[in-house]
Amino acid sequence: MVNAALAQFQQVFIEESLEGLDTMESSLLALDDGGDAELVHTIFRAAHSIKGGAATFGFPEMSSFTHEAESLLDEVRGGKRAIDGGIVELLLRTVDCLRGMFARARAGEPLNDAVAEGLRGELAAAMGRGAAAGGVQARREVDQADAWTIRFRPHPGMLAGGNDPLRLIRELAGLGELAVTAELDRLPALDRLDPAECHLGWTIELAGPAKRADIAAVFDWVEGECELAIEPKHVVAAAAAASAAPAAAPVADVAAARAQRETSAESSTVRVAIDKIDGLINLVGELVITQSMLDTFRDGVDASRLALLEQGLAQLARHTRELQESVMGIRMLPIASVFNRFPRMVRDISQKLGKQVRLELVGEHTELDKTVLEKIGDPLVHLVRNAIDHGLELPAQRRAAGKGDTGTLRLEASHRGGNIVVEVSDDGAGLNREAIVAKAVQRGLIASGEGLGDEAVADLIFQPGFSTAAVTTDLSGRGVGMDVVRRNVADLGGSVTIRSTSGKGSVFTITLPLTLAIIDGLTAAVGEERYIVPLVSIVESIQLQREAIRTVVGGGELFRFRGDYLPVIRLHELFGCPDAVRAIDEGLLIVVEGEGARVGLFVDGLIGQQQAVVKSLEANYRRVSGVSGATILADGSVALIVDVAGMVRMQSRRKVA
Amino acid sequence: MAKILAVDDSASMRGMVAFTLRGAGHEVTEAENGQLALDVARGGSFDLVLADVNMPVLDGIAMVREMRAMDSYKGVPILMLTTESHTDKKMEGKAAGATGWLVKPFDPEQLLATVKRVLG
Amino acid sequence: MSQSANTAAASAAETAVPMQYLTVSLAHEEYGIDILAVREIRGWTPVTRIPQAPHYVLGVLNLRGAIVPVLDLRLRFGLVRKDYDANTVTVIVTVAGRHFGVVVDAVSDVLDVAAGDVRPVPDMGTAVDTEYLKGLTSVAERMVLLLDVDRLLQPQDAQMLEAALPAAADVQAVA
Repeated sequence: MVNAALAQFQQVFIEESLEGLDTMESSLLALDDGGDAELVHTIFRAAHSIKGGAATFGFPEMSSFTHEAESLLDEVRGGKRAIDGGIVELLLRTVDCLRGMFARARAGEPLNDAVAEGLRGELAAAMGRGAAAGGVQARREVDQADAWTIRFRPHPGMLAGGNDPLRLIRELAGLGELAVTAELDRLPALDRLDPAECHLGWTIELAGPAKRADIAAVFDWVEGECELAIEPKHVVAAAAAASAAPAAAPVADVAAARAQRETSAESSTVRVAIDKIDGLINLVGELVITQSMLDTFRDGVDASRLALLEQGLAQLARHTRELQESVMGIRMLPIASVFNRFPRMVRDISQKLGKQVRLELVGEHTELDKTVLEKIGDPLVHLVRNAIDHGLELPAQRRAAGKGDTGTLRLEASHRGGNIVVEVSDDGAGLNREAIVAKAVQRGLIASGEGLGDEAVADLIFQPGFSTAAVTTDLSGRGVGMDVVRRNVADLGGSVTIRSTSGKGSVFTITLPLTLAIIDGLTAAVGEERYIVPLVSIVESIQLQREAIRTVVGGGELFRFRGDYLPVIRLHELFGCPDAVRAIDEGLLIVVEGEGARVGLFVDGLIGQQQAVVKSLEANYRRVSGVSGATILADGSVALIVDVAGMVRMQSRRKVA
Repeated sequence: MAKILAVDDSASMRGMVAFTLRGAGHEVTEAENGQLALDVARGGSFDLVLADVNMPVLDGIAMVREMRAMDSYKGVPILMLTTESHTDKKMEGKAAGATGWLVKPFDPEQLLATVKRVLG
Repeated sequence: MSQSANTAAASAAETAVPMQYLTVSLAHEEYGIDILAVREIRGWTPVTRIPQAPHYVLGVLNLRGAIVPVLDLRLRFGLVRKDYDANTVTVIVTVAGRHFGVVVDAVSDVLDVAAGDVRPVPDMGTAVDTEYLKGLTSVAERMVLLLDVDRLLQPQDAQMLEAALPAAADVQAVA
């Protein structure tokens, strides 16, 4: 049971420490920008918690390492040392190093590495000491006797501190046999006696071999609150080995804790604010009340109570909707946890490239589904790197362009309709149309830039293998291109687009579904069948005349939409639906967008809009191409959800072939 | 067995303490800073309070001072959970009215032994 | 995880414990389905057709929120499809944690079959490929073919489909 407590909370400790490190980092960065003293307290508290927890949860290396940083912070906090860029830099590296240690702790690897050892030395040096000493200091004289006389006279106020003399005497009894004599000499007259004060004293004869340290330990907490004399009656010679044993014990504990850690697998958890849970409990309570009200209709409904029934059903509908929103809300976490890594990253990259960048974070409290949140980090990192590397110019170039030396990089998250929109914008040079077209021609992606709109040109950078940087830097030129960003976002059911103005800057817009589990969709009819098309990917629905369709060699159909020719995908053909509308002018084209490309889905017509709870087809069956999942309609029947990104991909394969 | 108030801003430390004490049959109430602890303490009675020193909003030392000013908490044992590097904190805690301390790091067994020591 | 496999192994070891089979009728023959694999029996309800499925997979239905494929046992065995009527039932079976429905003409009853009463299937004489049978038994002059439900949809079938399908999808897209 006891070790289970450690094992159980070790994971919690790691998670909260990683959060603490994020706090340390952002506070250090704020401090560097001239923050106030409260920041130092915040940083100190975070370090202090990690130090204390690490020792408790079986990571002594981490604890002693953090101790060095904490000591440094303590001096800053106490005003003994001024904070400067050097210390901030050192502490930032300490944060990084600790992150690494936690990662190794999770993986069950040894915590210390060369970096940690080096940093420990630097921290110690900053403290003005040589190596980290921190050794065990020899404690008081070794003293052991067969019998002791203890004189204990509490100060009158000792009881107020919660220390009960009887408890202390009882504890002494654990060390040997006692003979206790009370001293009543200080006892005042009854009318002047304050029961909250202690006026008694005791002389205690302790028989049995005991160490002075053990006896003193009993009175540890009342030091300064009593008069205490501990005198040996029979001195026992030489007992010096006593200190060795206790030192060995913690080592065994650590080993046990580590063994525990290795067996406990890392599981995915969500920390839920208590008010969200309270909200859920309230809702369930209301649901129960509504249910019992509706239950009264079990024996039949007469006209007089029809209004009540309607009211009950309306309530039920409302509660169900609220409950659904609340439950989904549990999975929702603020995007701040992703945004928080950027101040540091932007600082590091811009320093490396000699650029001056001001980072603006907007909408950090915007909440995203946990799964989306975990996967949006990498694409954002790539966009931010790209913006600093390729978008923003060097100070001299900016000056030449009539702009200020410092460029602005802005990350903004917001809710728009049923979606989350994250924008990464910069006021840099913008896309270079000529360079992109030239590259695309060279890569064989297009024949020429003629007739391509700006939007279409900008979209070329999302094509696989595309890179326009004149010089490949070690930051962006890693072979990971914008195509991967687009693919990652598409995997989350979202899309990426870019708007760019030459000389003014670029805006990358990521549009994501609020949650993966529920989507808003339009229900489309194809013959007798119903398909759900996710609303997020729908651009427009249009009805076309027969003449608007161009048939190209090979059987493909194209239609003109906002200046582009888009392919038609006939759902009845792809899915083999019987009895569907075939004539273009009798049905409807839903223009959808996925992975930056658009296609027209030909269906019989639209039936309506609805929220769809996404169910897996693979759980009991298998993947079906062109279908991302299934949902259950109001009548209990199943409808398939169209996989727009998959269709677009299918279409581009067809184009290549 | 006993009603215990556990105060620590670290969820892992507080969780470990509460879990261990509950396992030993105690009734544990948790609070994540000194201010919340005072609010909880006013509304109920506790046989023992365990409090971290460094906490946001209201730290452990200030919490003890305020708690001792409350009539119903005059003689209730309050233990500070402190780290060995801060012996001055022990004394500061004592001066504010703490009963004693438990030095971090401690393991569940040490915690139970200390609690037993206080509660008898 | 396969319950029927477990019970088959168990019955070989201790012949005393009989196994129970749900008997269903299909084209004038009787088949037995290991009762431990049967999750529920429901009347025929229309299903949602799924694209690119083999002809015997009729579609999917909603089983209390789970999307469950349904196959027609007649079509699976290459028999003529019969119109669904009031007697037509869907037997929901669970194999290796996956659920699927099997449409049969009707259900009859539950049989106790001792392991010693199970005989191997002769290679001829039944409409059904012996691959899907694990034996036969006779009860009061009725012959009952014991189905190997594990093999109706799993696993070689599914794997084969998986391998064949991307290509099929492409062909369709090009067509």
